[in-house]
Amino acid sequence: MSATTGSAKGGFLGWIDARFPLSRMWNEHVGEYYAPKNFNFWYYFGSLAVFVLVNQILTGIWLTMNYTPDAELAFSSVEYIMRDVQWGWLIRYLHSTGASMFFAVVYLHMFRALLYGSYKKPRELLWVFGMLIYLVLMAEAFMGYLLPWGQMSFWGAKVITSLFGAIPVIGPDLVQWIRGDFTISGVTLNRFFALHVVALPMVLLLLVVAHILALHEVGSNNPDGVDIKKNKDASGVPKDGIRFHPYYTTKDLVGLVVFLIVFLSIVFFAPTFGGLFLEKPNFQPADPLQTPEHIAPVWYFTAFYSILRSIPDKLTGVIAMGAAIFVLFFLPWIDRGPVRSIRYRGLSYRIALFTFAANFIFLSYLGVKPPSMMILGIEASSWAYYAMLLYFGYFAFLFIYTAFGLERTKPVPQRVTE
Amino acid sequence: MRVLVLAMALMVAPVAANAAGGGGELMDANVDVHDRQSLQRGAKLFANYCMGCHSLKYLRYNRVAQDLNIPEDVVEQYLIWDGSKIQSTMTNVMRDGDAQDWFGKAPPDLSLTARAKGSNWIYTYLNSYYRDPDQPTGVNNLLLKGTSMPHVLWRQQGIPELVHKDGEGGSESDQEATKLKVPEGAGTLSSSEYHRMTRDITNFLTYASEPIRPARERMGVWVILFLLVFLGVAYLLKREYWKDVH
Repeated sequence: MSATTGSAKGGFLGWIDARFPLSRMWNEHVGEYYAPKNFNFWYYFGSLAVFVLVNQILTGIWLTMNYTPDAELAFSSVEYIMRDVQWGWLIRYLHSTGASMFFAVVYLHMFRALLYGSYKKPRELLWVFGMLIYLVLMAEAFMGYLLPWGQMSFWGAKVITSLFGAIPVIGPDLVQWIRGDFTISGVTLNRFFALHVVALPMVLLLLVVAHILALHEVGSNNPDGVDIKKNKDASGVPKDGIRFHPYYTTKDLVGLVVFLIVFLSIVFFAPTFGGLFLEKPNFQPADPLQTPEHIAPVWYFTAFYSILRSIPDKLTGVIAMGAAIFVLFFLPWIDRGPVRSIRYRGLSYRIALFTFAANFIFLSYLGVKPPSMMILGIEASSWAYYAMLLYFGYFAFLFIYTAFGLERTKPVPQRVTE
Repeated sequence: MRVLVLAMALMVAPVAANAAGGGGELMDANVDVHDRQSLQRGAKLFANYCMGCHSLKYLRYNRVAQDLNIPEDVVEQYLIWDGSKIQSTMTNVMRDGDAQDWFGKAPPDLSLTARAKGSNWIYTYLNSYYRDPDQPTGVNNLLLKGTSMPHVLWRQQGIPELVHKDGEGGSESDQEATKLKVPEGAGTLSSSEYHRMTRDITNFLTYASEPIRPARERMGVWVILFLLVFLGVAYLLKREYWKDVH
């Protein structure tokens, strides 16, 4: 394959290239985008996230064709999709399972960034765009969950919107402004529908484009954290780089098929995933007069929900939950260590990172359980409190450990390793 | 704030509710939506014993005919009692107002009960009735205390008596007394026949809560098999391209 530029070509492609940078864009982002050749397991999740995004948009469009955003009709219209619309059940399960898989993939993608220091200079903005995607994704998922208008849709939305009421002075008015009513009602359903299907997906797409542009500007990191642009051959191609296409397109295809096996196994054999992806009370229509026994958000929010619940004072709890998300934005500046990859970082960092990850899973687990549950003779709410301290403790440790030169790193190789 | 406190308080509730429910563990209905004969029996039982009061407002008669392999004229003859068309959903003629007056609470639609409460809950419920003269219906239920639904299947099961842990009779206020005993020959069915009957009803309601489920699971096997083959192809393609990466 030669690297001729589009402008030199004749024919139809040449005609287009003279008017639109088609070949140039293709080469810049796919054909001649050089990625490090040592990507491992953790590097599948970026392209998988794009795949799930496309899945959500396509299935979402088809759901919109049959869904009715009306408090009286929404629940029935979902059952209509499940029973009477041709293949409606498949479209709906792809969308509902896709939502959970989106978060699963994004969490693994983010953990990859922590493992190999992908947020460090010069990729700070790339990380910030990624965090914005995560933030918008949370809003998107939250609003989407109201639409089936089941019991958990209603009460989940009620609890989460009421959190804004903790803000001093403007709180109560703010809650009413967000809901558009004194409680969650058809008005709320309509605005969440508009935001879920039009506004937020547009913002999400825009951010994804910005994320990928930022990535291709600075180039991909890799499991060794080595800058491959420092070692180029005579023609200016990184010695450790390979073209994204066909190498990573074919490799990601293998990853995609493995992912699809997991994804579609859930869709076809366990679409509710034991009540974790589709909660049981959501098969009952929303009833403002009857509170479900146990209100819990879907699993991907429960780590932050645990942090909220771990503090008895509501305002402090809300601040802690917000801080738990926003502190991640500043990770590139909190971690001041010169070495990117965990392979060459200090032992304490390795221990801290895996503790942090395990603790995040533990917080998520606590979030789906009642706070009064006993674990090893201690109430779950006490566990959540210590886990919350540990969560923030990671960032405090990371700053002190790296800013005061306490980290003893290993030598980083010049070239990527096999 | 109140909502949050309420929400938090209610998270504690299931523990308390379980304790009050008495039964604790649910019985295993062992449902199998691929067991078509059980589903056919369940459909007939539902139409005969349940549909006078309960509807399945999201399920259509002809869907049942198609999914359970029952000829439409048989469905019209044995499942439709109110002259509905075969394309209609399985509603009944009892008016909500009347139902409220008769039972104190309109009998719920059962389209999604198996998904909202679980199949085992339905099965356990149907097996948890016991004699209680203090109730207007003369019966009570261990799983749902003070239920307003009478023991419709009493003729088949007989009416179970509450038994103390130590084997003596007890009253409903006894939290410990959670075992039930059916007097010998009280019902027209044996214990195992009654279990089969209630399992068939549970199985049918499980199907009714998601009619696509049997087809979805059969289809899923082929989808995964295809992907496994495709995985091999995709892997060989990747290996071919990556030959020149050193």
